[in-house]
Amino acid sequence: MGEKDYIYGINGPVVTVKNTKSFSMMEMVYVGNQRLVGEVIRVSEEFTTIQVYEETTGLKPGQLVVGTGGPLEVCLGPGIADRIFDGIERPLKAIEAKFGSFIARGGSAAPLDQDLLWDVTMQVKEGDSLSEGQIYAICPETSVVTHKCIVPFGVNGKVIKIKPNGKYRVNDVVVSLKDSKGRVRDLTLCQYWPIRTPRKIKKRLNLKVPLITGQRVIDTLFPIAKGGAAAVPGGFGTGKTMTQHQIAKWCDADIIVYIGCGERGNEMSQVVDEFKKLIDPKSGKPMTERTVLIANTSNMPVAAREASIYTGITLAEYYRDMGYHVAIMADSTSRWAEALREISGRLEEMPAEEGFPSYLPSRLSEFYERAGRVETLGGGEGSVTIIGAVSPQGSDFSEPVTQNTKRFTRCFWALDKSLAYSRHYPAINWMASYSEYFSDLDSWFSKNAGESFVRYRKKISTILYEEDKLMEIVKLVGADVLPDDQKLIIEIAKVIRTGFLQQNAFHKDDTFVPMEKQYKMMKIILYLYKKAKQLISVSIPISKITKSGIFEKVIKIKYDVANDERDKLDNYIKDIDLEIDKIIKR
Amino acid sequence: MIINYVGVSEIRGSLIALEGVTDASYDELAEIRLDSGAKRLGRIVQIDGDRIVVQIFEGTSSISLSNTSVHLTGRPLELPLSSEILGRIFSGSGKPIDGLGKIFPKKKADINGMPINPISRTYPKNYINTGISTIDTLITLIRGQKLPIFSGSGMKHNELAVQIARQAKIQGADESNFAIVFAAMGVKNDVADYFKRKFDESGVLQKVAMFLNLSNDPIIERILTPRCALTAAEYLAFELDMHVLVIMTDMMSYAEALREFSSSKGEIPGRKGFPGYLYSDLASLYERAGMVKGKKGSVTQIPILTMPNDDITHPVPDLTGYITEGQIVLDRSLSSQGYYPPISVLPSLSRLMKDGIGKEYTRDDHSDLANQLFSSYAKVIDARALATVIGEDDLSDIDKKYIKFGNYFEKKFLNQGVNENRSIEESLNLGWKLLSLLPKEELNRIDDVIISQRYKEGDEEIFKQDQKINLLNEKDKPEDGEDGEDDDDND
Repeated sequence: MGEKDYIYGINGPVVTVKNTKSFSMMEMVYVGNQRLVGEVIRVSEEFTTIQVYEETTGLKPGQLVVGTGGPLEVCLGPGIADRIFDGIERPLKAIEAKFGSFIARGGSAAPLDQDLLWDVTMQVKEGDSLSEGQIYAICPETSVVTHKCIVPFGVNGKVIKIKPNGKYRVNDVVVSLKDSKGRVRDLTLCQYWPIRTPRKIKKRLNLKVPLITGQRVIDTLFPIAKGGAAAVPGGFGTGKTMTQHQIAKWCDADIIVYIGCGERGNEMSQVVDEFKKLIDPKSGKPMTERTVLIANTSNMPVAAREASIYTGITLAEYYRDMGYHVAIMADSTSRWAEALREISGRLEEMPAEEGFPSYLPSRLSEFYERAGRVETLGGGEGSVTIIGAVSPQGSDFSEPVTQNTKRFTRCFWALDKSLAYSRHYPAINWMASYSEYFSDLDSWFSKNAGESFVRYRKKISTILYEEDKLMEIVKLVGADVLPDDQKLIIEIAKVIRTGFLQQNAFHKDDTFVPMEKQYKMMKIILYLYKKAKQLISVSIPISKITKSGIFEKVIKIKYDVANDERDKLDNYIKDIDLEIDKIIKR
Repeated sequence: MIINYVGVSEIRGSLIALEGVTDASYDELAEIRLDSGAKRLGRIVQIDGDRIVVQIFEGTSSISLSNTSVHLTGRPLELPLSSEILGRIFSGSGKPIDGLGKIFPKKKADINGMPINPISRTYPKNYINTGISTIDTLITLIRGQKLPIFSGSGMKHNELAVQIARQAKIQGADESNFAIVFAAMGVKNDVADYFKRKFDESGVLQKVAMFLNLSNDPIIERILTPRCALTAAEYLAFELDMHVLVIMTDMMSYAEALREFSSSKGEIPGRKGFPGYLYSDLASLYERAGMVKGKKGSVTQIPILTMPNDDITHPVPDLTGYITEGQIVLDRSLSSQGYYPPISVLPSLSRLMKDGIGKEYTRDDHSDLANQLFSSYAKVIDARALATVIGEDDLSDIDKKYIKFGNYFEKKFLNQGVNENRSIEESLNLGWKLLSLLPKEELNRIDDVIISQRYKEGDEEIFKQDQKINLLNEKDKPEDGEDGEDDDDND
């Protein structure tokens, strides 16, 4: 137990203690009679400054501040998946059961259910020597996640005592180790880790495998690697949250950590509702079973919002260390940056750009650097992929959070207001977005998605680029004056935009599209382009081709062909040939 | 123990500082007595050892360093609550000002409220029929939603809010447990009067609790006004099972009051001088809308904010848009063309709409129809932009059709009388009528099955027929009366 002292000053979520040497930097403390959770953020000769993770209404000078002796930690063990926590890992279900529909101050509950029995299977036997990061026991956490208990970092030794397979609680000792110096260390099913420190790994691996999201514009044009980091900036109403939800629902990660950081309460209840009903196509189980939710909505205390990002990534890293591929959605990192700004303002620090503290870039880079594909200490392979939403003020991408995030992520999915206004979703602007993972992933795509995949993608981007240039002319003089070959580019780009890039999240087939169908859709569109071009080169007017209705037919592939009817796709090539023949004969 | 502290050590803006204070708690309510006998209220906003800073709601004028005594009440600011608050008028800090005496409280509640546990929320799904085509079809309002109106000075946001409040109440079984909470922050007396009169005319005044902080009332009190109003709303909704519609106007004045308070405290300003915590502060208000599991009532918010210079990127509308579940944006040019409600369709949005419409709630074609209208109307804007460059005559045939579609959209669909209450069926059918002006190939947002059921290619004739019928039996005629203009561009 740490030391104690007394409150001196209070200003919003910031509390000061005078003339004390009791506390260390980043130590977790309990403040006041209600034991509000706080963290020491500045220590000086005269004052120790604490940020409090709850409302400070009613605190008085002279009330106790009690140190815990350690930094802010999260508890890691079975009972994390399929749960919903606040920014400092308090389980919201247990809080609800204890305090009702409104979150009372000072309400605390153990992060993991203390009484639940887990069906544990031991992975080691007496006499085995264990080192940090190795798995000593497993238990089914949900029907899709097997929880693997790993030896805490810094612990090594020989197994001297072990419990038989059976049902245990998180705090029951199941294994005892004796290290080389003869000290005995008892292992339970859970362990603690400070949220601001990245967990240890053996080494980083190259990023070679994409995170398949089933969203065509992402998978095809701007793919992200497993272990990569992406930024999704967009003004309000452009569909950041929808994009994040879609990825959380359909991407091929094993575990999803969804952080609702300073966002709407109703959105979180929507996630809970929707994910419960959604069935994962791979496992046939509800999506919630592989999902961890961190909900620190905008009206919950601001300091806990700052911590929520770290809590989320620490949980993600823990699952990575078990050898899982984890994807983490942070919605939104701007709210986190604003929490930094708010606390920095209370500390009267010298502000840098737009009032944000000067350490904003370093904090952002620390966060995004925790993404990666790694070899774990236990010898397995796991990854953490970060997808961070950014909410730029006034939809202005030149503001500090967007700009700095851009520096530390290699994938940038720029959401566009005008696309969103015309209800083109996902509103990812293909001219402003980019992915730097192409070169790393090309060989995977050629091998797994289709040999011409890379070539098709280039062709599609070229057409979109040419259309963008042509549209500038069209805006000035109208489309009628363009020669037929350029009109064809505009027509085919329209097919790509509405038939391929646009995707309907509420359509049962279109919401998630497997790579094979994406590949064949590209192939059909480009085949149509090739054939139409041939017609135009022999001076057949484009109006004849558009009248045939073949463009509309190709646009509707996304609805007309279900995901499991892939053979149907091949018929389209024949249909195009037929139509083209008809046009020639006329 | 009650201690009176005599004298203050510093006065700055609306803040006073006292020294030698013991046993003060953060956010506590303080009573300030002047020698003249006047009483004011304030709250503790900062504590440093035995020095406290108190924010005075009614302002610091005529306070001197010696003529004042401060008495700490030991509680945060609480609002007395009972079902009697309906039909009453309160000041911005919750004191009755209609001369009808005190409220006998069943309960007192801290005006700051407590955050709703995200998992205790019920995801809002029941749609509210407002009788306004544009809102019902394209920006559907959901019970428990927070949907602000972004307006500018001189536009008809008040009329729109009143129309929503009046027509939304006609929700069948729920009529008996419907209430309105109205919070005025820094608006003119006329505006508050307008609302009062309109509530009276439609016979709901006994169902309204009004919290008024008018433009000449103390600015700091403005920070409390929405909190008092929302505390009342939460009480009515979650303890008395009522469906409460909260109208808050004008959020811009609220934010300005917050800025004034922040700068007098010497805090580091963020964008446009607003404090860095503006987002969290606004969120602590807006997030108080919603529904809670196990409770029958709901809080639906319609905040109104006037954007300075109609600038939607100004920090207040910008941050509001990030918190609320969509927005209704009013447009200056539609307004000056005389259309009511002048809703700018493209930037307007209702985030909760997708789950509250469709077969179970409105009609199976609603979602596709709305998407199609949005996307077609976006093309109208493109076509109009092109027309200003090359002239309307040189447009391609399809662009001309879009222009026509756009004109009818604004005239027949968007435009509506302030007393006109259209059913959802009417509004949706009107939408299909508009789409009939476009060729079938252009309807790429609608499922083929639905097209085959509902779509019939036509021309503007169908609108003319309508007019004749309307002229014969229309009692509730749109006020704007632009019917005569139609004939001009029908040729």
